[in-house]
Amino acid sequence: MNFWSDPLKVAADWLTGILVGWGMNAVVAHILLAFLGILMLASILMVLDIFLVWLERKVVARFQDRLGPNRVGPFGLIQPFADIIKLLIKEDTTPDGADRVVYNIAPLLSMMSVLILWAIVPLAPVLLGVDLNSGALFLIAAGAIGTLSIIMAGWASNNKFSVIGAFRQVAVMVSFEIPMLAVLLIPTIFAGSMGMNTIIQKQDIWYFLLSPLGALIFLIAAIAELGRAPFDLAEGESELVAGYNTEYSGMKFGMFYAGELLHAFTFGGFWAILFFGGYRFFGLEKVSPFLSIAIILFKALIGYWIIMWIKYTMMRIRIDQMLAFNWKFLTPIAFVLVMVTALMNALLRDASSWLYITGMILSNIILGWVSLEIARLVSKKERERVEGLKQPALSKAEGVVEAHH
Amino acid sequence: MTGEKIIFLIIAGVTLFSGFMVVTSSNLVHAALWLVAALFGVAMVFALLNAGFIAVVQVVVYIGAIAILFIFAIMLTRREQLDHGVQVNKNWWVGALVAVASFAGLVFLLQSFNGFSKTALAIPSGFDAVNQLGDALTSPAGYVLPFEVASVLLLAALVGAVYLAFNKK
Amino acid sequence: MNEWLYIGLFFIVGLIIPFGAIAVAWILGPKKPNPIKQSTYECGIEPVGDGWVQFKAQYYIFALVFLVFDVETVFLFPWAVKLGQLGLFAVIEGIIFIMILMVGLVYTWRKGMLEWA
Repeated sequence: MNFWSDPLKVAADWLTGILVGWGMNAVVAHILLAFLGILMLASILMVLDIFLVWLERKVVARFQDRLGPNRVGPFGLIQPFADIIKLLIKEDTTPDGADRVVYNIAPLLSMMSVLILWAIVPLAPVLLGVDLNSGALFLIAAGAIGTLSIIMAGWASNNKFSVIGAFRQVAVMVSFEIPMLAVLLIPTIFAGSMGMNTIIQKQDIWYFLLSPLGALIFLIAAIAELGRAPFDLAEGESELVAGYNTEYSGMKFGMFYAGELLHAFTFGGFWAILFFGGYRFFGLEKVSPFLSIAIILFKALIGYWIIMWIKYTMMRIRIDQMLAFNWKFLTPIAFVLVMVTALMNALLRDASSWLYITGMILSNIILGWVSLEIARLVSKKERERVEGLKQPALSKAEGVVEAHH
Repeated sequence: MTGEKIIFLIIAGVTLFSGFMVVTSSNLVHAALWLVAALFGVAMVFALLNAGFIAVVQVVVYIGAIAILFIFAIMLTRREQLDHGVQVNKNWWVGALVAVASFAGLVFLLQSFNGFSKTALAIPSGFDAVNQLGDALTSPAGYVLPFEVASVLLLAALVGAVYLAFNKK
Repeated sequence: MNEWLYIGLFFIVGLIIPFGAIAVAWILGPKKPNPIKQSTYECGIEPVGDGWVQFKAQYYIFALVFLVFDVETVFLFPWAVKLGQLGLFAVIEGIIFIMILMVGLVYTWRKGMLEWA
C-alpha cells in the first residue's frame, strides 16, 4: 500500500502513529485527525470557491460578449483575492430593526448547508467521507437547512424586500424538492442503495443513458433549489433589490454569495455522481485516486458550466408560472417516470443488457414526447382561449378606427 | 463515562433547553426556531442510536417541511407576531404539579426496569437498516397493508387541507 | 456510529469556517455606526411600516401540499432500495401507492388550489 494508491489511509496511519507516539489516546487521535482532514477539505473547497467567483465572471463575460476581469494578474486571476480583501475590510452593518441573533446565525447556516453536502461526496474509490445509506435523502436534508437559513435571513432583516424574497425563494425550494426527491428514487432503484459511493460503483452504464429524462428533471430541480435564473424570482433585482440578503453587507453577504456559487458547483458534482458515473471514466479511476479527483472535479465543472449556461440564457419567470410548471408539469412527469422505471426495471431485469438499455431509453423518450405533446395541446387551447377573449375587443377598436375615417 | 454518554448528555440538554424555550419565548418566530433546534436534537439522538435513515427523515420532514409550514402559518395568520401578555395563566401550578407527578411516576416505574445496566447487542456487520425497512414494507408477510393505508391516510390529509382552504375562500 | 461522528464533525467544521471568515471581517472592518447607516434599506427610500407583515395565504397551501408529497416520497425510498431484489408484486405495490397520491394531486388541481390567485 503506497501513497499514490491510497493517500488518505497512508497519511492517516502515519499521523496516527506520530500522535499515539506522543502518548495520545488512539480514539482521540482518530477523531482529531478526522477533524483536521475535514477542516482541510473544507478549506480547499473555500479556495476553490474563490476561483469559482473568477470562473463565473469570466464565463458570463464570454456569454455576454465581454472580456470579464482581465486587469489584476494574468487573466484577472488575482481579481477574486482583491474582492475577498475588500469584503474583509468592509464595515459590517446591521439594520436597527433587525433581530440580531437570528440575523447573524443565518449566513452561518447558509454556508454550512452547502459544506456538509461534501460529507457524502466520494472523490475517489478510497477517498470518501462516508457512504451513508441514506445519502440521497441527506442531500435533501442539507437543502432543508438551507431553506431554513433563507427564511431566517429574510425574516430577521425586518425589510419588506427581504421577507418577500425569502418567501418566494422558500416557495420555489420546497416546490421543486418534490420532483427532485422523486427522481432521486431512480438512481436508488438502479443501484439498490442510496449511498453515493455504491451508486457510482454500480454505474457500469451511466444512469444518464438509462434515464435521460430523470437527469433532466434533476438538473431543473437543482437549478430551482439554487434559486438561479430562470428561477431567480426571489432576487429579481428590479423589484426586490437582492431578495432575502438585501440588508447583509461585508463578509455576511459574502457567505451567501460564496455559498450560492459553491452550491451550484456541488450540484454539478451530484449530477455527475448520480447520472454520469462520478469519478469513473473508462477504468481511469483505477490508475490513481488523484486521477479520480480530477475526473469528478472535471465532471462537476461541466455540470456547473451547464447551470451557468442556462442562467445566462433564460429569462426570469413569474411565481405563478414557476409553481404551475412545477406542480402541473414536472411533478406528475417525475412520478410517472418513477413508476415506468420501476416497472421496466422489473420486466427487463433478466433480458440482455442491450435490450435493457434500449427499453429504458425508449420508455424515457416516449414519456418525454407524450408529456411535451400534452403540454403543447393544452397550451394551444389556452392560447386560443386568450385570443378569443382578445378578439371582440380588437374588432371593436378596428370598428372605431373605420368609423373615424 | 464513555464519549457516547457525554455526547448524549450534551444533545439531551440542548434538546430539553430548546423545548423549554419553545413554550416560553414570547416571539412566535423565535419559538418556531427553537422548535427547529429541538427537532434537530431529536435527529441527533436518532443518529446516536444508529438509526441513520430515521435521523435524515427527521430533518427532511420535520425541519424541511413542518417547521417551514409553522413559520409560514405564523407569518400568514397573525399580524402581531409578538405575544406581549404573560406566558402563564393562573393555573400554572396545576400544570407544574402534574408534570412533576408524571416524572416521579416514570422514575418509580423505571426503577423496576433492568435494561439500564445491560449493554446493547452489537449490530452484526453488513446489517442495513434501510434494506430491512424496505423488506418489511414490501413483503406480503410484513407491512404491505399499512404501507398502502399510509398513502390513503396522506390522501385524506391532502383532501382535508384542500377542503379547509377551499371553504375559507 | 462512526459515520455519524464524522458527519457531526462536518457540521462543526461547516459552522467554524463561515464563523471564522465573519469574525476576521469583524476584526478588520471599521466600526463607525450612525443612525442613518443603520436604518432599514439604507441606500433607498425609507420603507413604510414594519417588515414583519401578514403574507399571502397561497404560500401556506403550497407548503401543505408539499408536506404531504414530501412524506409520501420519503416512504418510497426503502421500497426503491429493495426493489432490485423483489418481484413484480413489490413494483405493483409501489405503483398503487404512487397512484393513490396522484389522485390527491389531481383533486388539488381540479379544485383550483394549484392556481396562484
